[in-house]
Amino acid sequence: MWKARNQQARTSAAGDSKFQGSSHSDLVYPHRLNFYDSPPLFDVTLEEFEECALDRLRILAEIESSAARNRTWEETKAVTVSQCFKYLPLNSTSAEKVDRDSERRKDHLGHFVLRLAFCRSEDLRRRFIKAESTLFKIRYDTDDSKERRNFLSSRDFRWIAVDDSEKAMYKEQLKAAYHGLKSESDRQSAFAADNFYKVKWTRVPDLVDRRKVFLKGGWAYVPGRELASIVFQEFEVQLDKALNVTAKSLPRLDEDTRLVPILNNLSQGFLAGVASDWSGMSSESAGDGITADMIDDMAKKHFPLCMRVMHSNLIKDHHLKHFGRLNYGLFLKALGVTVDEAIIFWRKSFMGGKVTEDRFNKEYKYNIRHSYGLEGKRANYPAKTCMQLLQGNDEYGCPYRSFTPDNLQTALLAAYTPLGLKSIDLAEIMHTKKTEHFHVGCTRIFEITHGHCGIKKGEGVGDGESVTHPNQYAARSIELEKSKEVKTEAMDVDD
Amino acid sequence: MVVPSSDIDSSSPDAMRLFYRRLYPFPSIFTWLNQQHAPTRLFTHREFAFTLPGDVYLRYNSFQNVEELKKQVCNLNPSRFEIGPMYSVRPKDRRTARPGAFFPVQRELVFDIDMTDYDPIRTCCSEAAICKRCWGFISAAVHVLDAAIRDQFGYQHLMWVYSGRRGIHLWISDKEAMELTDDERKAMVNWLTVVQGGKEPGKKVNVRIGSRALPPSLQECLQELAEVFTDLILQDQDCFATEEGYEALLMLLPVPDVVDALRAKWSADPMRSSSEKWTDLKAQIKKSSEKATLTAALEDIILQYTYPRLDAEVSKHRNHLLKAPFVVHPGTGRVCVPVDLARIDDFDPDKVPTVGQLLEELNHIEGEKEPGDHDSDWQKTSLKPYVEMLDNHVARIMNDIRKVKLENDMSW
Ligand code: SF4
Ligand SMILES: [Zn+2]
Repeated sequence: MWKARNQQARTSAAGDSKFQGSSHSDLVYPHRLNFYDSPPLFDVTLEEFEECALDRLRILAEIESSAARNRTWEETKAVTVSQCFKYLPLNSTSAEKVDRDSERRKDHLGHFVLRLAFCRSEDLRRRFIKAESTLFKIRYDTDDSKERRNFLSSRDFRWIAVDDSEKAMYKEQLKAAYHGLKSESDRQSAFAADNFYKVKWTRVPDLVDRRKVFLKGGWAYVPGRELASIVFQEFEVQLDKALNVTAKSLPRLDEDTRLVPILNNLSQGFLAGVASDWSGMSSESAGDGITADMIDDMAKKHFPLCMRVMHSNLIKDHHLKHFGRLNYGLFLKALGVTVDEAIIFWRKSFMGGKVTEDRFNKEYKYNIRHSYGLEGKRANYPAKTCMQLLQGNDEYGCPYRSFTPDNLQTALLAAYTPLGLKSIDLAEIMHTKKTEHFHVGCTRIFEITHGHCGIKKGEGVGDGESVTHPNQYAARSIELEKSKEVKTEAMDVDD
Repeated sequence: MVVPSSDIDSSSPDAMRLFYRRLYPFPSIFTWLNQQHAPTRLFTHREFAFTLPGDVYLRYNSFQNVEELKKQVCNLNPSRFEIGPMYSVRPKDRRTARPGAFFPVQRELVFDIDMTDYDPIRTCCSEAAICKRCWGFISAAVHVLDAAIRDQFGYQHLMWVYSGRRGIHLWISDKEAMELTDDERKAMVNWLTVVQGGKEPGKKVNVRIGSRALPPSLQECLQELAEVFTDLILQDQDCFATEEGYEALLMLLPVPDVVDALRAKWSADPMRSSSEKWTDLKAQIKKSSEKATLTAALEDIILQYTYPRLDAEVSKHRNHLLKAPFVVHPGTGRVCVPVDLARIDDFDPDKVPTVGQLLEELNHIEGEKEPGDHDSDWQKTSLKPYVEMLDNHVARIMNDIRKVKLENDMSW
């Protein structure tokens, strides 16, 4: 099924040439909505393979954390729409100026790559289906109604239109299903205008559950406006079947050693969301001009718990073990601390500990310069993402995961009481730990500790986004403080 | 309280063993579960659970064929046994299955109606007791549920089985019903659950939006329930005769003026019957300015007192175990026999054969001639009509399967 290529050959060339002023009928993908019945048969590069999947994964991870954060349907929809706009735009067919085929191709490809990554365990399959069907519902909801009708008629949903004589026969029963409408005349006209469709009742369990349909002989009589239920259920059933089939054929795919690490990485991405790369942010970062002696103060105000914990251990013990130094050092680098300031900071912090000045200069300094890409192979090492910290060595990983519930509560209160955290807030955080949505707990802490900057529950680190990277957390916190300063200054002037 | 109507000690292990060896209709139970003559996965992958004396519970037994089942039952001599689902792997081999590879696949759709749920409203008996009169609740429930399931869900192979003391089980063997997932079972149970459970008094029917019309499925059965209400609640059980009884009724009326007026009238005249009180209530509604609200409340009251009360948990999960038909209820000694829907109103729990009585019948015949084929000894006892009921039911199931097979064979 897959042909992955290493070199950048034959990318989306086909899409590009088609793009020139294509009319609707020319589209390879005539519909915006897709049931993903057939796998993509075009060649893809390994880069494209990974990128499409990562962009889609961002969206699905955000959808999942929306559920964990108990967002309403409308909130989830708003967050998802704005994320899709950034990472996975999918325009309607009428948007002739846009290369719709290449958007749809990316949508198609991304879905199938993630199927490979998520078919491997029952739990992943279940979560994937839930997130994908939420995405589908959101797109269905926002689809142009005419285009949606076209899509629906392009597929056999196995519903039987109820003819007029049958409709007349069950008039009273069908009308009674319009509980929602108050007056008899409203019900009458809605009934007259609606078409009804028969499906086996098991295809609309949610409508049966809520007694929203008329049932006769095992058939559910579904009014036209409820057809969406059938469509969504069908989407989930088909996807479930397809994932099971994929899971069975996966061992063959595992022979492709280039794909396996990518797939493993993707399925981990669900744990903690997909972070943007923060390694290159120092130039435009909110933390420009950070000097060594500012770090302690910043840690108290802006750092997520993982970095807070490392910082206080370093201050307390005048030491951090190798992985701690590495993770914390890369975080500081991404925050915008220059190599010279970093050396000053580490030297100061080690003072009073066992490491002599001499040893520091010989070993540690080299390592710091190395992590800045100034020694050895001069690689530009990116700071660790939440996903990496969640999987990695416990001692330097995400405390929301690695700490015992008791220790986590103590650490949170110690770190964030000055920023407004109260012990009554902890129940909620501990619940996210219990359900293993660690970064959701961290996001909630961000919201609580930035209440004084006007951040409300559900807003996350901005636009409802969840925490996916310690540097994203810190940068956003610094930004908020700056904009608050600007605001207060403005107020001073007004006074 | 029901007492075994025989002097043979039905709870003695010997009596039970004899019952299993000579009377229990294993072949009929086998074909009912298996739906074909040769053993299929429906039987070989089916869980049986045994309750042994001393509260020992043996789960995940499975058998190659009916002989093996019978042998094991006679060996263990359980006080009762239960039937679970067909699993993906033979239950007895579940430990050697890959993780995640052992899960329930098919199972009869089952329902349980128990007298316990009627304790707040019945007046003739309480707790474990049951009499012919309170059976009226069960038979009303059976009529409504049976009709709803056949008419709305289209299932045909329904078998009602007396649970041996104070309730009734329903087993549905249609192919589509066997294949329902847990979620689908849950949806169906919710559709059929009108009266919310719980012992505390108060309104337990909340199926409409505001005071708008009832959902269509309930409108259809309301007429029938109104008749049941008159016969059973107003006359036979006389549910609103006592102060406690009519206060429970008044709690369900949302208009304080009406409540006050009725309370004044009823407390002044302790001899007013339930029927008279119901007439009073209807007269008040006629006068009231809130007719619509009160009429809706009236309908809800009828539902609350007569609509089947289900033990929902039994039905929702495929892997729920349910007592096998024809086992003996350890408390009463009565056999859990199938109940004929057409004659359910005349069903009398006290007349159901007990194991003691059956063994005695067997003794009588034995005096006349040599013991015959053990598997068909039931034919000589009063168990006969019940086993035949099961056999006829099984014949209808198998007939259906044959028809479907034939259709498939011809549609090449
Ligand atoms: S969720 Fe991410 S930022 Fe927050 S503590 Fe864990 S690793 Fe650090
Ligand atoms: Zn009674």
